[in-house]
Amino acid sequence: MLGKTAGSLFWMARYLERSENNARLIDAGFRIALTRSSTAAAEWKSVLVTAGVNQAFQAAHGDYSSARVIDFLLRDPANPSSILSVIRQARDNARTARTALTRETWEAVNTSWMTLVALLKRPVREDDLPDVLTTIRQQSAHVRGALNGTMLRNDGYHFALLGTFLERADNTARILDVKYYLLLPSVAHIGTSIDNVQWETILRSVSAHRAYRWLYGAEISALKIAEFLILYRQMPRSLAFCCERMEAHLAQLQRHYEEETEAWRLAHALSHEKLAGPIQSIFDGGLHQYVTSFLRDTAGLARQVERDYRFVE
Amino acid sequence: MQAEDIGRAADDGMLRGKGRRISFFDEMTSQEGGTRSPYREYCGWFEAEDAARIQRKAQQAEALFRTTGITFNVYGAADGDERLIPFDVVPRIISAREWRRLSRGIEQRVRALNAFLYDIYHRQEILRAGRVPTELIAGNEAFLPMMMGLDPPGGIYTHISGTDIVRTGADEFYVLEDNARTPSGVSYMLENRETMLQMFPELFAKVPVREVSDYPINLLKSLAACAPPACGGTPTVAVLTPGIHNSAYYEHSFLADHMGAELVEGHDLRVIDGRVAMRTTQGYKAIDVIYRRVDDDFLDPLNFRPDSMLGVPGIWDVYRAGGITIANAPGTGIADDKALYSYMPDIIEFYTGEKALLPNVPTWRCSDPEHLREVLDRLPELVVKEVHGSGGYGMLVGPAASKKELAAFRAKLEANPGNYIAQPTLSLSTVPIFTKKGLAPRHVDLRPFVLMSPQGITITPGGLTRVAMTKGSLVVNSSQGGGTKDTWVLED
Repeated sequence: MLGKTAGSLFWMARYLERSENNARLIDAGFRIALTRSSTAAAEWKSVLVTAGVNQAFQAAHGDYSSARVIDFLLRDPANPSSILSVIRQARDNARTARTALTRETWEAVNTSWMTLVALLKRPVREDDLPDVLTTIRQQSAHVRGALNGTMLRNDGYHFALLGTFLERADNTARILDVKYYLLLPSVAHIGTSIDNVQWETILRSVSAHRAYRWLYGAEISALKIAEFLILYRQMPRSLAFCCERMEAHLAQLQRHYEEETEAWRLAHALSHEKLAGPIQSIFDGGLHQYVTSFLRDTAGLARQVERDYRFVE
Repeated sequence: MQAEDIGRAADDGMLRGKGRRISFFDEMTSQEGGTRSPYREYCGWFEAEDAARIQRKAQQAEALFRTTGITFNVYGAADGDERLIPFDVVPRIISAREWRRLSRGIEQRVRALNAFLYDIYHRQEILRAGRVPTELIAGNEAFLPMMMGLDPPGGIYTHISGTDIVRTGADEFYVLEDNARTPSGVSYMLENRETMLQMFPELFAKVPVREVSDYPINLLKSLAACAPPACGGTPTVAVLTPGIHNSAYYEHSFLADHMGAELVEGHDLRVIDGRVAMRTTQGYKAIDVIYRRVDDDFLDPLNFRPDSMLGVPGIWDVYRAGGITIANAPGTGIADDKALYSYMPDIIEFYTGEKALLPNVPTWRCSDPEHLREVLDRLPELVVKEVHGSGGYGMLVGPAASKKELAAFRAKLEANPGNYIAQPTLSLSTVPIFTKKGLAPRHVDLRPFVLMSPQGITITPGGLTRVAMTKGSLVVNSSQGGGTKDTWVLED
């Protein structure tokens, strides 16, 4: 497989995952903006920071009105992480890697792009936002279904899934990075419960508020939430799950190419050392520091994958 | 698909001749009003069909094309504004007998083109014999002096060609153009059939239509058969594309995918140890045959255009040394140059010893003073083309032109006669298209695709039929509203 093709599959999957994650972030932010107008601006700001586009937004707009933020996140061509920009990049990468995709997978990506371009032709009214966000997530599920259902389990598949989990880990870590201050006071002062709406927002932005309740019942604790998002290996958006999957796909690639890579070693270390737990020791060392170093590690891993598999010259 | 790329004008323009009715040959309905025999079974089916159902299917076809991504970008258009070449659901049908005649003529022509290229880049016997004027080659931009004396692997120059054919009567076919550089449109030929099979599977049980789907595998075999001396073992074939922003990218990825070949861009390649190699996930791997969909000029920034980002620095030297096969060979453009077109009957005779089986369209070379005089006299009835032009641009369609346009073109002709050729305005045959009001005749042309290797010549039965979607129009170019049809060649 061409290095470029491998890179395009990796990035196609990253962008697809990003569009889904951003839709979830908008959804969570929108809920707070609706129910608590006093904190809406702060909440939108944290959504923008999580998506990594706060500076770009401020430069272009300044104040955090819901309509402006939503439009920026959904449609703005000047925002490289807007849903429209991201789906276009996903499609461009899919076109570049077209020969490595099944017809079903390509058509799913192309249909997603066509659907979203049509859906986001004009600014989205707030009443329509929930439907629009649902469609974005459905499109993403559609692509994932085609990919899982039709792709050969060869190198291309593993590059795509590597991209998916790298992006997902990055996203969950960013949510923690932005929201860690909400979790800290309650750990320091055992017994004080954290703001219900806020913790729900965190869980909602990873589509896991119900899963959490099934697992931990009514106990709302910062430690548990952090444990759930970082270490819980059955939770498909936790850092531990994502790193385990990355390690597995890199192991498959090693087998496929019969060649050991530095990337696998890094993923292995992430999965087995960084995410060994327990959660208390992560808090003891400082949650913020932990998340920052995790983000640095995943960025390093991404670069190593790019080097090991010659995505670019 | 690039509009210019998919083909050049048949005879562009609307026929608005005053008071003069030109009768056109319709391929479905004879002049006496009966159905011509190749269409009999189809018409029987069509008459029994519900028009509303066909209408619905036609709309589905469009959705299908969009989902598949058979679209082309219009440069500078807004995101999501990708265009579709209109597809018509009524097939163009060619009988086995008609096809035998066409394919023999095409094969003869392609063989002659290849022999001509070999000769022109070696001993130039045809120039010595005075059958083609030397200045036509020497001063021609499409002639590549660097190819002199070079033997392309297998002796093949035109691995892939597309011969544009028009029809004017039951037994009258003309070759309008030879496309010997990188003819495109073959993905439309294949996807049109695929779409028809999906929409009307029952039709193919009724009518014995010859398959086209083996084109990609034939292409792969044909390319592999031209592997260079340096190739050890099974040849590695790659398709070279300018990238996803090229308007014919769909076709490039389609062909690579169906051949199971890598689709490479210039930046995936580099010259290593005398071979052209592609960057894979495991390092560089040599390529044996490259089916390039970039022009000669862009192939090698070291040896051709230095600003080209599309090619591979040094590929020319590898080619010279027999390290890679380039398909089509560099320099083939000289064979489909419009200035040479009028010499094709002589060229065919010179190399095959036979008369051309398929005639040329009569052509006046304006460089010849006598021809020029005649062209100027008859300008309102002629089509005048630029020698190096393509895509139907820069041409005059006499019958459709205003007095002012005629006068302006007359001046251009007189100022630089060598730049033009002229042909009569052909009455292209028609095949009906499906409209809301039923069947309506529209003008068509045909581009069969021809593969050549040391093992022989393969012509896919049929080819790409382009159709002018507008009533009365003779413009089949996709850039100017032309569409396509599935083309059926019937089994014997």
